[in-house]
Amino acid sequence: MIHTHENGITCQDLLLNLSSYIDGDLEESMCEELKRHMEGCQNCRVVFDTTTRTIYLYQSRIERDEIPPEVRERLYSKLNLDDFLKTKA
Amino acid sequence: MTEIEPELSLDLLRAGDRNELARLVEAYSPSIYRLASRMLGNAQDAEDVLQTTFLKVFKALADFEGRSSLSTWIYRIAANEALMMMRRKQPAYSLDEEVEDEEGGTYQPKEMADWSALPEAQLLDVEAQKQLDRAIQTLPAKLRSVFLLRDVEGLSIRETAEALSLTETNVKTRLLRARLFLREQLSAYYTEKMALEK
Repeated sequence: MIHTHENGITCQDLLLNLSSYIDGDLEESMCEELKRHMEGCQNCRVVFDTTTRTIYLYQSRIERDEIPPEVRERLYSKLNLDDFLKTKA
Repeated sequence: MTEIEPELSLDLLRAGDRNELARLVEAYSPSIYRLASRMLGNAQDAEDVLQTTFLKVFKALADFEGRSSLSTWIYRIAANEALMMMRRKQPAYSLDEEVEDEEGGTYQPKEMADWSALPEAQLLDVEAQKQLDRAIQTLPAKLRSVFLLRDVEGLSIRETAEALSLTETNVKTRLLRARLFLREQLSAYYTEKMALEK
């Protein structure tokens, strides 16, 4: 993965800035340069797309996790809040 | 993802108002259980961490000064409990030595297949979900805690740094490594899956 775009941005630059780019924490001018780099660099485009997809998949997977009812009951019991157990919708 | 922080009265919480304490538990227990489960990969350990976290929160509320938000403070207690549980379970396992080359060389992606356009039903089928679970358990614990708080629970970089007693720079470095590590693991899996289906 060694590639330098004509504007001087390298694959290494993209990698170092990948997280900040995904999180929208970069200056607009830097974002534009990274975008231009990815237009000419298939590998960096793939790394960007698959990384954002990876984050999304974990968010989708884990947000489905729920506390099992018996775990919730034992927690409320441990905290002496049993009488509030029925309040959940 | 992070639940919207409910409007809880700190005064009532500090005074031990049971109704307010129950609201606090209702609001944060799903997130804390999720974090503990994924940090530890074991339901019993996760439940222990969940209970200990809230016992400690209740005990320490009177001294909570509000320097960070209530949610960050609770995450901080939970993350500490989870890391202590790991140390107890694996005493020979040093978390301090786990992340090498912290600020050094960049992790180099190897898997270059583009699986990002696969249909979601395929990316998250039962087998793929198991792979996601396996991959996150192979992620070094120090990277896992950062990934879970930032990318799954939706804390900001600053909040993640506060919750884990790290600098923001450290959080950013670990987050990048965590994301690339998981990307690599999933890429290997989905590439094989695509090849088998051809």
